[in-house]
Amino acid sequence: MKPVEMTAMELGREIREKRMTAMDAMQAVFDVMDRREESLNCYITVDREGAFQRAEEVQRKIDAGILTGPLAGVPVAVKDNLCTEGMLTTCASKILQQFVPHYSAQAVHRLTQAGAVIIGKTNMDEFAMGSTTETSAFGPTKNPWNERHVPGGSSGGSAAAVAAGECFMALGSDTGGSIRQPASYCGVVGMKPTYGTVSRYGLIAYGSSLDQIGPLCRDVTDCAALLECIASHDKQDSTSIARMDMDFTKALQKDVKGMRIGIPRDYFTEGLSADVGNSVLKAADVLKSQGAVVEEFDLSLVEYAIPAYYTIAAAEASSNLERFDGIKYGFRAGEREGLHKMYKKTRSEGFGEEVKRRIMLGCFVLSSGYYDAYYLKALRVKALIKQAFDRAFETYDIILSPAAPTTAPRLGESLADPISMYLSDIYTVSVNLAGLPGITVPCGMDAEGLPIGMQLIGNCFAEKKLFRAAFAYEQAGGQGPFGVCGEGK
Amino acid sequence: MGKEKQYESVIGLEVHVELATKTKIFCGCSTAFGGVPNTHTCPVCTGMPGSLPVLNRKVLEYAVSVGLATNCEITRYCKFDRKNYFYPDNPQNYQISQLYLPICRNGWVEIEMPEGTKRIGIHEIHMEEDAGKLIHDEWEDCTLVDYNRSGVPLIEIVSEPDMRSAEEVIAYLEKLRLMIRYLGASDCKLQEGSMRVDVNLSVREPGAEPGVRTEMKNLNSFKAITRAIAGERDRQIDLLTSGAVVVQETRRWDDAKGCSYAMRSKEDARDYRYFPDPDLVPIRISEAWLEERKAALPEMRTEKIQRYREEYQIPDYDIEILTDSRQMAMLFEETTALCNQPKKVSNWLMGEGMRLLKERGRDPEDMLISPAHLAKLIVMREAGEINGSSAKEIFEVMFDTDTDPADCARERGLLIVNDTGGLTEVLRKVIAENPKSVEDYLGGKEKALGFLVGQTMKAMKGKADPAQVNQMLREMLV
Repeated sequence: MKPVEMTAMELGREIREKRMTAMDAMQAVFDVMDRREESLNCYITVDREGAFQRAEEVQRKIDAGILTGPLAGVPVAVKDNLCTEGMLTTCASKILQQFVPHYSAQAVHRLTQAGAVIIGKTNMDEFAMGSTTETSAFGPTKNPWNERHVPGGSSGGSAAAVAAGECFMALGSDTGGSIRQPASYCGVVGMKPTYGTVSRYGLIAYGSSLDQIGPLCRDVTDCAALLECIASHDKQDSTSIARMDMDFTKALQKDVKGMRIGIPRDYFTEGLSADVGNSVLKAADVLKSQGAVVEEFDLSLVEYAIPAYYTIAAAEASSNLERFDGIKYGFRAGEREGLHKMYKKTRSEGFGEEVKRRIMLGCFVLSSGYYDAYYLKALRVKALIKQAFDRAFETYDIILSPAAPTTAPRLGESLADPISMYLSDIYTVSVNLAGLPGITVPCGMDAEGLPIGMQLIGNCFAEKKLFRAAFAYEQAGGQGPFGVCGEGK
Repeated sequence: MGKEKQYESVIGLEVHVELATKTKIFCGCSTAFGGVPNTHTCPVCTGMPGSLPVLNRKVLEYAVSVGLATNCEITRYCKFDRKNYFYPDNPQNYQISQLYLPICRNGWVEIEMPEGTKRIGIHEIHMEEDAGKLIHDEWEDCTLVDYNRSGVPLIEIVSEPDMRSAEEVIAYLEKLRLMIRYLGASDCKLQEGSMRVDVNLSVREPGAEPGVRTEMKNLNSFKAITRAIAGERDRQIDLLTSGAVVVQETRRWDDAKGCSYAMRSKEDARDYRYFPDPDLVPIRISEAWLEERKAALPEMRTEKIQRYREEYQIPDYDIEILTDSRQMAMLFEETTALCNQPKKVSNWLMGEGMRLLKERGRDPEDMLISPAHLAKLIVMREAGEINGSSAKEIFEVMFDTDTDPADCARERGLLIVNDTGGLTEVLRKVIAENPKSVEDYLGGKEKALGFLVGQTMKAMKGKADPAQVNQMLREMLV
């Protein structure tokens, strides 16, 4: 097997057992990158020289017996909204085009402590606002399976890099589906953990109450291992939770006997493409054949999730993005005609269209006279959605659904119609509103050869159930994992 | 009839108090005043991308203790909100404050006025972060930002509009300051900005509905507050009596010029788009924790005065002054516990202590003397090891540097020479050199003895106890 076709765990074992070095692994990544990156545009920053240097350092520590873990020597990619000490961190925005943080996100810190080697920073929708990676100030990323299509978003660069073999695993962030939807479009495994599981310290906030960092990987095993590495109780993040059950790899057992799986009937409506719907139902059959009990049920409130999500996320974003003002760091417009003109010009020129749209939307729903009618109402809807899930989890261990209504749209289709882009988040946003964990697992291809993903949703802290079901499905020979796109398996 | 009779002032205050925590409200940076610009900073208090706030527990403790001391209800489920506005001293362009669920509500304090006790309502007390400081460099024609103060914890105490005069305002502020200092929650210094007062004032004809109010800012001393209240009251009455109207606005007091000017009117009032800060979890206050806070409250002034009257044989006047500051009262109590001479301790503190504080322009809070040293000084004086003027000299040294009085006396040669032989020699010499005075004394003139004592003290360079000299002279001149 060529190194680039291995999973991160397989690669880690090769390195640990001295059949390969961290530098060999890095070279395998750059061999693919040399062929594909120019056209895919997965990365905003590729730090080739630094990556090899770090690989050498890690290899020395492996040789000295200091680094012994499963991720030691594995090349990883990091979404560009996670701060990396000494490495450009732009959020795919002109306003941060020159921003080099002097601190690393806690998740990044844990990753490097484990010996994973950072290759660079992946492309994304600007400030994670978008579902296609087309709102990036540095050009769109293309779907490795078909370059006329988007990779999804906002963690599109991370998903595409994992799918194309331009890294072995990647970090993304998920506010309304930004890990799970691109994972689905690119045929990889992606998880959004329970809110509070991974420290948000160093994640440049979009919607603080919804944001979670999570893994994008080649298979379920890698996904559990990467989450196990980055999950922690961090005193720097007040919303971080102390959990005793973060040994996620222990859950990788091919056993779903008696597991009760619910399929929300109200998710299978006219907006859902037939290919996607059929693939998800076939996946349900696979799980049933493994002993799971699968039933349909009514989740309810589905149509309220998107308006509530866009209200809350935009409100928080409008405030979170106020700090980008040209005063302290980042881009400043050449205006010298007083403070307020400088602010206006900097932010008008520094932010892209979608970001400005959401800032305006957020300012509106928080403004006096509209706060109760929009923001507070959205919070009440959020609470009701949580209750609907609570009721469902009284009966079911996990919920099975599509990750997105369709496979990856063509480049350029979505930007013209933001509302339909927002509507495509229908299966993912409610998971963030309720703070639940969700995992996307590849479950088929459509007629055009584009990947389809299913989403498994668990109750808060039920990641292990999700990993068990996803692993069982993968082992039972479900559709996928697809391996590295373009490399064959 | 003069304006004084026709109109009544209706005054409410917003008082910001900087809390005496060692570190900032949402990060571990130092709150020390006056560091090199931007040295007490980190990603959190400079609003760097990805940084997150974590509440300093001590801030909550102080805020709750002030709330308990001012008879407030403590909000058991409280939250922080973001107040959004763009200004460079505010690195995130939002201030973390409390709007919807402030930590304390519905309290009161009592003030003593000539006409009797009056209760001033506290509407709420909330916690928030301070902003940085803009420094306008006119030489370079630019503005610089210092974020050392950014994130220093504040509480804002909002009173009800219950005050009717500058005297009541000052009495209320003095009461607040005394209580907060007793709690150790802040030093409350107006000049240094650790206590900042905004005055909301309107006038009305007695019994009428309150008029339109203005908010006055930039008041840096009690005197400025008094002058600003008089000035604003007159300005509003002049407007009303001339048929004009008072505009709801924020004004800035210029104490040098003795007048104010408008900063912004209600029409320009910003929409702060307050909403709960999603980065901070709600605070749930348990009964047990609240009981702990109550138990940890120090003895406040009223109780102290009561106890002093029962425990110490000192005049009420002394008690009033000693308890005016907790530091002074603690110094008194602890020193007395060591030397068991309450009146002597009180005399030192009220006399030399107060005199030196005034002379040095310092607050009782800054008193350096330790109880152990003061007690030692008193014991030394009682034992006759030093004389009265030496004791005062030593006290002054202790006041500035808290030196051990024994060391100080030794270094300065102020110890009374107990070598009777040496003193006897000097006495013999004095007697031999002043036969006239000796004769006068023996002839019955008591005054002459005083002269001889003086001569002896002079020869001893003050290092003798006059009482002892007196005694020995009497013995020798029989």
